[in-house]
Amino acid sequence: MSEAVTESTPQSTPKRCGVGASIRRREDDRFIRGRGRYVEDIVLPRMLHMVILRSPLAHAKIVSIDKSGAEAMDGVVAVVTGADLAAHNLAWMPTLSGDTQAVFATDKVRFQGQEVAAVIATDPYIARDAIDKIEVDYDPLDVVVDPRKALADGAPLIRDDKEDQSDNRCYHWETGDKEATDRAFDAADKVIRLSTHYPRCHPAPLETCGCVADVNGATGKATVYMTSQAPHAHRTLFALVAGLPEQNIQIISPDIGGGFGNKVPIYPGYVAAIAASLLLDRPVKWIESRTENLISTGFARDYHMDGELALKSDGTMLALRVKLVSDNGAFYADAQPTKFRAGLFHIVTGSYDLHAAHVVADGAYTNKAPGGVAYRCSFRVTEASYLIERMVQNAAYELGIDPAELRRKNFIQPDQFPYTSSTGFIYDSGDYERALDLALEKAGYAELQQEKEEARKEGRLLGIGLASFTEVVGAGPSKDFDIAGLKMFDSAELRVHPTGKAILKIGVQTQGQGHETTFAQIVANELGIPAEDITVQHGDTDNTPYGLGTYASRSTPTAGGATAVISRKLREKAKKIAAHLLEAAEEDLEWNDDKFQVRGVPDKSASIQDIAFAAYTNPPEGVEAGLEGVHYYDPPNMTYPFGTYVVAVEVDPDTGEWKVRKMVAVDDCGVRINPMIVEGQIHGGLTEGYAIAAMQLISFDDDGNCIGSNFMDYLVPTAWETPVLETYETVTPSPHHPIGAKGVGESATVGSPAAYVNAVIDALAHLGVRNIDMPVTSAKVWEAIQAAKGS
Amino acid sequence: MEITVTINGEPVTADVDPRLLLVHFVREVADLTGTHIGCDTTSCGVCTVLLDGTPVKSCTVLAVQANGRQVRTVEGLMQNGSLHVIQEAFKEKHGLQCGFCTPAMMLVTSELLERNPRPTEKDIRWAISGNLCRCTGYMNIVKAVQHAAETSQAGQNQEEAS
Repeated sequence: MSEAVTESTPQSTPKRCGVGASIRRREDDRFIRGRGRYVEDIVLPRMLHMVILRSPLAHAKIVSIDKSGAEAMDGVVAVVTGADLAAHNLAWMPTLSGDTQAVFATDKVRFQGQEVAAVIATDPYIARDAIDKIEVDYDPLDVVVDPRKALADGAPLIRDDKEDQSDNRCYHWETGDKEATDRAFDAADKVIRLSTHYPRCHPAPLETCGCVADVNGATGKATVYMTSQAPHAHRTLFALVAGLPEQNIQIISPDIGGGFGNKVPIYPGYVAAIAASLLLDRPVKWIESRTENLISTGFARDYHMDGELALKSDGTMLALRVKLVSDNGAFYADAQPTKFRAGLFHIVTGSYDLHAAHVVADGAYTNKAPGGVAYRCSFRVTEASYLIERMVQNAAYELGIDPAELRRKNFIQPDQFPYTSSTGFIYDSGDYERALDLALEKAGYAELQQEKEEARKEGRLLGIGLASFTEVVGAGPSKDFDIAGLKMFDSAELRVHPTGKAILKIGVQTQGQGHETTFAQIVANELGIPAEDITVQHGDTDNTPYGLGTYASRSTPTAGGATAVISRKLREKAKKIAAHLLEAAEEDLEWNDDKFQVRGVPDKSASIQDIAFAAYTNPPEGVEAGLEGVHYYDPPNMTYPFGTYVVAVEVDPDTGEWKVRKMVAVDDCGVRINPMIVEGQIHGGLTEGYAIAAMQLISFDDDGNCIGSNFMDYLVPTAWETPVLETYETVTPSPHHPIGAKGVGESATVGSPAAYVNAVIDALAHLGVRNIDMPVTSAKVWEAIQAAKGS
Repeated sequence: MEITVTINGEPVTADVDPRLLLVHFVREVADLTGTHIGCDTTSCGVCTVLLDGTPVKSCTVLAVQANGRQVRTVEGLMQNGSLHVIQEAFKEKHGLQCGFCTPAMMLVTSELLERNPRPTEKDIRWAISGNLCRCTGYMNIVKAVQHAAETSQAGQNQEEAS
């Protein structure tokens, strides 16, 4: 199904295993042998173990802490409280969103599960016993868990630590053109309204967060093995927090057992372990439990959205208005680009040619764990995609137009690219109708519609849901994007050795995406060195060039671009060396797959391996020896992957249970480097999307108790529930990316929740049902059916 | 108390605290870190090992309960320096991404194929339903198990024919 591929990206030959080849993954060789090396596998001599004591209350003053019982235990080396950290000016730390967060609470606790103290002991069992011996006297305060109540007058003030903070507003952000939007609404025949909560959920990678901090008192060197999706950014932040000289900090992010955004923020546990190692001059290991992971580390979403879509009666979409309130928890600690306080939510106009839009966003502090991380999503893009795709489907019901046709009528057309959206994005490329058509064909849309009508006559409830999403990924161009001031370019360093083998060092960090394979394929494609001869190194700040890390589907758009460009730069240098070897003028040489040859004289050529050897043994006069280089790639634009998903479900009218009968996904992520890996990414995303739509929920009671603090309450799907997934592709290359790729890790999580929910709503639409908030549990569906029957 | 657990055919003897979990015995006493830990509630299954041939979640078994018994971990899948067909199948079918659930998934697969050499897709999904994976959506894990079943079968047919 792949079609056009950019001219500069020739399809690979089997020999080189470049772009387009589904080669098997290099990293698998260690994983299938049980030889991966994750943070918990790191054991150092004299290593101690840290366990954190957490608050049982969501909002309470700390009256006193008595740690003597814990300190008296055999095997306990130290007990550290917020007061101890404050003595070293380490009780608070900056967050990646420019806020502050308590490392250990000194004044009061602000959410259940907040870090209060830690025990460092010779054995993790002893440390766990000892935290029970710390006695904390709390004075409970009023709790607020609903962000809208938190923003109301009279709400208890959560961030009384901040001098300029008199309420619980975390940010206010607006974008778009309010007046133009209002005018368009005045002219509308129809306004579709949808108020929906995109609930709090958690990325829950199977490996929890943790670190081994080793601050060497003799050398001053701090080596920190940690579960980090952004090791370089974390190094800089640690330098700023702890005042350690940055050249003495080495972050090693070894194999990572899944990230999905959960391992982007800096957590108090990391800082506490580094501080403890610094003070005790011994390595300190901290590995959180699953409950700690779910109650205290970066949750996702928690957006309350009110959307209005203005249309003409013929289905032409005119304008979009959104007001949203985000629940950011007690600290604004996710990693949002500085310029975009509500992330990239303003991609909410989606795949449609909407001439006006206005978005108003307010963030609220609440007595809940901090976060709002981009869980397999590029900064709030999934919330945006969910809202518009749900509204379009509802608009189709109100206007009596087929949901697929309503989408088709309003799509941005291929000849409109580059397309400037009404909220200011410049979409790079797209062919939305082609993806829609393919999805409808593969799903058997017409047959499904017919089956739905016939089933309805028998009292069975079938539903078909669509989503035609557009993402914005690959943050990002430095003119618009930074995190905590650090510009979001990325880097690649390529060293070609004399024997023609190479090492590629990249600033991004894989957590299962297969970078060790795909980045080698980019080099293979550009420089002709077979992929198997290229080692990809990442995740060690001493040995890789600076980069902002892997999240927001940014690795291929940024570091992938850097890799292609540095390969091309070395190819330019290789040409000079080839000219010398072939005793020909540079302008008479042409690049052919993996060698330079004299134009018109095919047997007079120098392979990249010959050239590499000469670079070290016989460099031409006036040319610097060696074949190495580094490139920092500042992307000229974001990339805009898109696709259409079709879901067919059957709902049991008696129980509200729903089952996916068909899930067809058409993704267009531009050029696919390794189609096998791309498909795997999409499978994972479609499953996460299903999980969010159907079951994953972190909820709280009125006292701020987290309900969903383990894998028996926080449900993630097994192979049994997970639908069978059908994946297809179209290929519309990015015109500005060096190899035409767009990034794909998150498309399916972004696009699919709306498709699943739309399918359930579609099964009930004839009853008048227009919304069920996620997770769409059978109980909620049953209630909706009962309510519709009663009305 | 002193216990001896035979792990991948090698007896490992140690004096352990009665509350020591089997997963910690495997990881920290026997230094076999291919067995992972992912939750506190016997839910995720990444700590699965075979105890006398049966998959158990080793975070919910005490090391002392394994005294005198046979444990097989991912490190015991290779035989005579060669990859097991299941290991090859997981690589061939892209049945893993971050690799954290993979050792457990492969062990569960080995037990499944032992008792049911020709599993249906449903059989496979049921067999691995005690093991979570957050990366793959299970699609390629199912394919990997099917592939392993086919290649095992082919290997056996070849043996019988020769």
